[in-house]
Amino acid sequence: MSDAPLVEIQDLSFGYSSARQILSDVTLSVPRGKVVALMGGSGCGKTTLLRLIGGQVRPDRGYVKVAGEVIHELDQAGLYRMRRRMGMLFQFGALFTDMSVFENIAFQMREHTDLPEDAIRDLVLMKLNAVGLRGAAELMPSELSGGMARRVALARAVALDPMLVMYDEPFAGLDPISLGVVGQLIRRSNDALGATSVVVTHDVQQSLHIVDYVYLMADGRIVAQGTPDEMRASTHPTVHQFIHGEADGPVAFHYPAGDYAAALGIMHG
Amino acid sequence: MAERGSIATVGAFTLGAIRRLGQATLFLGQVLRHSGTSLTRPALTVREIYFAGALSLIIIMVSGLFVGMVLALQGYDTLQTYGSEEKLGVLVALSLVRELGPVVSALLFASRAGSAITAEIGLMKATEQIVAMDMMAVHPVARVVAPRFWGAVLSMPLLAALFSAMGIFGAYIVGVRLLGVDVGAFWAQMQAAVDFEQDILNGVIKSAVFGVGIAAVATFEGFDAPPTAEGVSRATTRTVVHSSLLVLALDLVLTGFMMRMWGE
Repeated sequence: MSDAPLVEIQDLSFGYSSARQILSDVTLSVPRGKVVALMGGSGCGKTTLLRLIGGQVRPDRGYVKVAGEVIHELDQAGLYRMRRRMGMLFQFGALFTDMSVFENIAFQMREHTDLPEDAIRDLVLMKLNAVGLRGAAELMPSELSGGMARRVALARAVALDPMLVMYDEPFAGLDPISLGVVGQLIRRSNDALGATSVVVTHDVQQSLHIVDYVYLMADGRIVAQGTPDEMRASTHPTVHQFIHGEADGPVAFHYPAGDYAAALGIMHG
Repeated sequence: MAERGSIATVGAFTLGAIRRLGQATLFLGQVLRHSGTSLTRPALTVREIYFAGALSLIIIMVSGLFVGMVLALQGYDTLQTYGSEEKLGVLVALSLVRELGPVVSALLFASRAGSAITAEIGLMKATEQIVAMDMMAVHPVARVVAPRFWGAVLSMPLLAALFSAMGIFGAYIVGVRLLGVDVGAFWAQMQAAVDFEQDILNGVIKSAVFGVGIAAVATFEGFDAPPTAEGVSRATTRTVVHSSLLVLALDLVLTGFMMRMWGE
């Protein structure tokens, strides 16, 4: 059982409405202890896939299995039991703005454990020290820079030592130093906690440095997969376009639209 | 054809309003089901009583004072015509305790605290704090909504009582101190005429019902707000408009019910 992947996704399809399919027949697995990246351009369904893993939405077809349990078959209590073993870093941090940094990290400890205040204090300071922000414990989220907020959110995501940590665009909007720091923290916390991590990102260079395996998504499908070295060496057109940041290619520059000349009212002679 | 279009528009509007009312009712049920946390951890509710109630004290007290003063001025003018100035205390006290206290304080509360509750919950939703909490296996309705709901419900009768008290004090200043109404008559007639059950208790019941209405509208609008700046702003406006109308409508129903019940 321990050799089975922690996350198994089979033939998963999902759309917020019947008219627009977000994910189509996605199949992938995330081995235990690994850091796996879900890469792809904006709007390709990466974040939706995280929401399906976390049970925030139900699939139209297929399933997501975490630790052997099919997520959409769990009732509310079962889903909450599962989520206590998951951590999630949101794209914009989603820190509780009415609580200090310390209280943000302590939140889940207070909600889910009966730990005495002294133990909570020690644990929170350890988590904050791991992201280098022990000195910022008493600050409010509004007093943090973008990079600091992301590190606090990271500390909060791993506050209860989860088995699975999901990162939604952890590198978005960070300066180069913060980018490297957050990348290293993701890798380090995964290895130190013995956790499994899923990183949703479109930051190619940063993520290829820290992940063990990559799934590349386009238009709601997995179009390529492999280790970072395999991805770098790939001649697959979509992989090549994505890794090298080319504006046009299999992933079209233009959103589907009618004839340009007709839209401008230019008659073809 | 145009007629059919306008009928369809009215129909769609009506169906939309009924659907939304149904959603709000289901949401209220959900809040009540998840109210256990607010009882087992009173500190959460006390914090919201501070934000909704204590921080509304200034506006409620100052407004109550002014309303009482104006009532005294207007009442004195009319009563004087009939030589009944000593009835001023009764007029002011009954007006405030039965109607103006609960209704005006509820309208002020909807504008001051209801809008704040909607904006706060709406912004928490827009900044993914609500979904983050849900992902941490903490039910947002239990942790965020229910304490705010009960905080508002418990604050409302206290604020209405303070409004009435300040109003009576304002009337005393204007009536007794400035216009020369006899102080003994002012208080004694008031004491004799104001009934605990028919007047004070009914006022408290009214304000408690208004509190439930405002809290339900404010929390529902916040929780249901589209997670955008425009969505939160519209939801906040809707809270003030809908809860104010709800207070006035409930007041009519409650007043009719209470008058029939007490045989007046």
